[in-house]
Amino acid sequence: MSRRQLLRHAGWFGSAVVLTVAGGEVVSHIAHDKDSAAAAATAADANALRFVQVSDSHIGFTGPANTDVTASFSEAIEQVNTLGFRPDFVMHTGDLTHLSTAAQFDQVRQMLSEVRTGRVFTVPGEHDSVGDSGRAYRQAFGAGTTGDGWYSFDTHGVHFIALVNTLSLEKLGHLGTDQIDFVRKDVAGLSSDTPIVVFSHIPLFAMYPAWGWSTDDALQVLALLRRFASVTCLNGHVHQLFSKTEGNVTFHSATTTAYPLPAPGKAPAPTPQVLPAGQLKGALGIRSVTYTSAATPLAITDTRLA
Amino acid sequence: MAVTTLALATACGSSSHPAAAANPSTAIVPGSGQSLAGSPGATATGPLAGASDMPSMTGMTGMTMPTATTGGAPAAPVAGNAVQIMNFAFAPAALTVKAGTTVTWTNKDSDAHTVTSQGSGGPLASAALSTGQSYSYTFTKPGTYAYLCTIHPFMTATVTVTP
Ligand SMILES: [Cu+2]
Repeated sequence: MSRRQLLRHAGWFGSAVVLTVAGGEVVSHIAHDKDSAAAAATAADANALRFVQVSDSHIGFTGPANTDVTASFSEAIEQVNTLGFRPDFVMHTGDLTHLSTAAQFDQVRQMLSEVRTGRVFTVPGEHDSVGDSGRAYRQAFGAGTTGDGWYSFDTHGVHFIALVNTLSLEKLGHLGTDQIDFVRKDVAGLSSDTPIVVFSHIPLFAMYPAWGWSTDDALQVLALLRRFASVTCLNGHVHQLFSKTEGNVTFHSATTTAYPLPAPGKAPAPTPQVLPAGQLKGALGIRSVTYTSAATPLAITDTRLA
Repeated sequence: MAVTTLALATACGSSSHPAAAANPSTAIVPGSGQSLAGSPGATATGPLAGASDMPSMTGMTGMTMPTATTGGAPAAPVAGNAVQIMNFAFAPAALTVKAGTTVTWTNKDSDAHTVTSQGSGGPLASAALSTGQSYSYTFTKPGTYAYLCTIHPFMTATVTVTP
């Protein structure tokens, strides 16, 4: 993506924007009612795949940036439960908890069990792996996963890969050779026109390496996905919406249900941001994704809590 | 409610889609050789895949409890063996001490941080330090010890231990 295109994306917050990706070129414009209507029509298709991404709930966080993250997460779950359709699954892309305590994992597990959906998936954030290399996380959420918690699944003709890039951190996110080998074998038998969706906590693209917002060995995984016509990478960690396209791969950073972080470089450090009274909910939200078939667009809708 | 809609026309735009046509399954099935991860939601339907097998715990190091103390942060920087954690940075970022010195890290930030050796097998392994909490470690062997905060791994620093 060119610098010009990046700048075009810089001002997303606060307005409804539609992005159309065609041939690697990203074009953004202000949303019109017909776009929402199209998204709603797709969402009404019973054969469509519909899933929701929720991220960075930081259960256990206390601080002025959000004095009640539990209430915010409850509200996000309520929002999922009142979308007007039952998502096929809900994916939480990490930082379920703030400090990986047993009580925090227990609380978030109970809360997630109330989501009206077929299945709830997770990937760990670095806050879910504090001091124990992710052991408590895997005890609570690791059933059915391999290695240090990674896995893949298929539905509606789409192949999903859930990665763990929050262990063995040295400045940046890290996948490691075992996990890269897993992806290599995992996609080996797939036809190149299978749509691929990859979930990770830390971005797989270099969103802002100075704050660790990148993954040092992501290119090795992306190289394995290069032959696929459509690859969508969905991440959390950065607590703000951001999108970027590199060839056949589109990256989308999700927002948070807990508290905002500064835009890249807009503060000395990525510290929780205290917003003026009444503005917090506007920075929090959930994302729903709809996919009908290869012939129609993948529609990604980000919804604010307020 | 403000809504941001991203409509993505993927490059996968051909009208025929062999993978989907051959496998119109709307069920969620685990990847080859795996069992289904995740857990059922509140409205799960159909048979649920067994979720009994725990993942392997490879790469996990033993958890050592740090000597964390609440409150009572040192009043002033102590020359030589104190590291302050402030503004998402370790200060000093490079500390030199003699073997036998006990170094104490104190978190002055409102967010939690850890003091953790880089790589595996290093001696520094604090729990998450809340505001005002400290972690101490006594260095006995000369060498350079690189460490970071696992919650904010861009925070890196070193302690060099001389004989
Ligand atoms: Cu986070």
